[in-house]
Amino acid sequence: MTVGRPSMGVRDLLDEAVAGITARPVRTGLTMLGTVIGITTLVITLGVAATAADQIAGRFDAVTATEVTVVIPTLPDPALPGPVAWTALPDLVRLNGVRAAAAVARPDSSANARVRTNDLHDPTSVTDRILPVVGTTTGLPDVLGASMATGRYFDDGHVARHDRVAVLGGGAAKLLGVVTVDDGPAVFVDGQAFTVIGVLGPVTGGLDKGLSSSVLLPHTTGDDRLRLGPPTTVLIRTDLGAAPLIAEQAPIALSPNGHAALRVLAPPDPATLRGGVQHDVNGLFVVLGLVSLVVGAIGIANVTLVTVVERTGEIGLRRALGAARRHVAYQFLAESVVVGLIGGVLGASTGVVSVVAISISREWTPVLDLPIVAGAPVAGALVGLLAGLYPALRAARMQPVDALRSGT
Amino acid sequence: MTVIHLTGVGRTFPADPPVHALRDVDLRVEPGDYLSVVGASGSGKSTLLNTLGLLDRPDSGSYLLDGVETTTLDDRGRTSLRGSRIGFVFQAFHLLPHRSTVDNVALAEVYRKTDRAHRAQRAEAALARVGLAHRAAFDPGKLSGGERQRVAIARALVGEPALLLCDEPTGNLDRANTGAVLDLFDELGEQGVTLVVITHDEEVSARAARRVRIDDGRLSEELR
Repeated sequence: MTVGRPSMGVRDLLDEAVAGITARPVRTGLTMLGTVIGITTLVITLGVAATAADQIAGRFDAVTATEVTVVIPTLPDPALPGPVAWTALPDLVRLNGVRAAAAVARPDSSANARVRTNDLHDPTSVTDRILPVVGTTTGLPDVLGASMATGRYFDDGHVARHDRVAVLGGGAAKLLGVVTVDDGPAVFVDGQAFTVIGVLGPVTGGLDKGLSSSVLLPHTTGDDRLRLGPPTTVLIRTDLGAAPLIAEQAPIALSPNGHAALRVLAPPDPATLRGGVQHDVNGLFVVLGLVSLVVGAIGIANVTLVTVVERTGEIGLRRALGAARRHVAYQFLAESVVVGLIGGVLGASTGVVSVVAISISREWTPVLDLPIVAGAPVAGALVGLLAGLYPALRAARMQPVDALRSGT
Repeated sequence: MTVIHLTGVGRTFPADPPVHALRDVDLRVEPGDYLSVVGASGSGKSTLLNTLGLLDRPDSGSYLLDGVETTTLDDRGRTSLRGSRIGFVFQAFHLLPHRSTVDNVALAEVYRKTDRAHRAQRAEAALARVGLAHRAAFDPGKLSGGERQRVAIARALVGEPALLLCDEPTGNLDRANTGAVLDLFDELGEQGVTLVVITHDEEVSARAARRVRIDDGRLSEELR
């Protein structure tokens, strides 16, 4: 007769491993605990970090994330042509990703203009208001995302004709007591009269920068009458996601020769922001989770080692029944891997439930990285594998003769 | 074919002075033999058992099991041979707790290439052979000592081994259970199973057809 190699099927190995684990369910459960806690900590940490980061990034809503401001340096003499001409604006609007753009002239000299609504000199009260006066192009309401509270904004015709019209910011209108433009009220800016044709509604987003409390004039009129000069700021509303690109291109479009002098204010990149937050939150807790995993591994190793000693007789029996050393090693290894795997699954489940519970309590949207959730059981199995190595080797090294003589 | 053929087997354990556990042992066991090995503790009984069971390797001599020379086999070959040709019965039963009786018997096939589908069937057949078919689903902890040893014998019988090697099979049993197990051995002997029973109990060894005594490592057959 021939002498073959001792063999053992994978299914048999799994059966034996599962039978070995389920023989002492309470002990197995306690053995798992370290791994469960470790994996839970890791999943909660990474899950809550991702959720919180998403929350923070979510505050940079569509409005804020599409605002780009180009600040143009002011020249000492407003009469000189600035680095950006009013006529450069169409070149900017033409860029793909720009939804609306407006140039604004707001020289320091006009920041404190004396504005009043009538020419009545009443010595008992102060009728003059100190308000900034600003020259703009026609696209301003679109850029600000503001509608007109009443009346209309000036158009290209007003600009071309240098019409003496004005639009009041919401705040300015309130200060000046203008509620309706039906009767064509006038405002006097430094003694010069302008017809109010509209009042701007409330401004959302971050581009306001005091415009809602300003008197807005067509830039041509403003230059004529109040020497407002060349644009000092260009406000741009971009398509969603186009802000970083436009921030790069806008200065060149506005001033091909002098773009280096322009300063661009763009929203921070949400991705960078999210990464930064995650980085902050994660560090400590990831270390905590990893420490728990190591403790879990030591737990598995300890209990498996005790089990190996307890099951000396069983090991001897298996050797007598024809199990090779490696079969014995495989079995104990398989048992600790399955323990780790179940621990990982339990930990991942607990972690996911916790993240969802935390999110619900904060009214957040839970965000979970699929690789983390899917990887947790793998990590658990890996912990079990590492923890089982030494006990498995101990079991394999046992002499069947000694093992069988032990009375168990 | 001769089941066991020992020629000039010796085994010495290094100590001061060296322990000669087996000295120049010759033994032949033919198929269907029912042999008992008696000896006091320290006589070399256990070493003989380990040698016969391929759990230990002799220093000298030759051991043919079922016609296969075992002294030149490597660990893997001896493990395979042990698993396929020898059924062990131990004093301590070595039944796994929390596994049903039939599972315990089926364990004998885990390390052999057999079809899994009919494993339980074969285990049940082996249980029936020792008269425990009705205990198949029981937890071994609920069985009496004699029943447990019969389950262990059933496990050893699975796969029709060439040799049933029993080490103090009645050592943990009371008189009544001992009798039942010995009756079973008689039955198996009549069915042609080759039995080697190692014991220190004269009463147990008296039931065997052949009896060899081991004393200080030397084997002598008692003729009756």
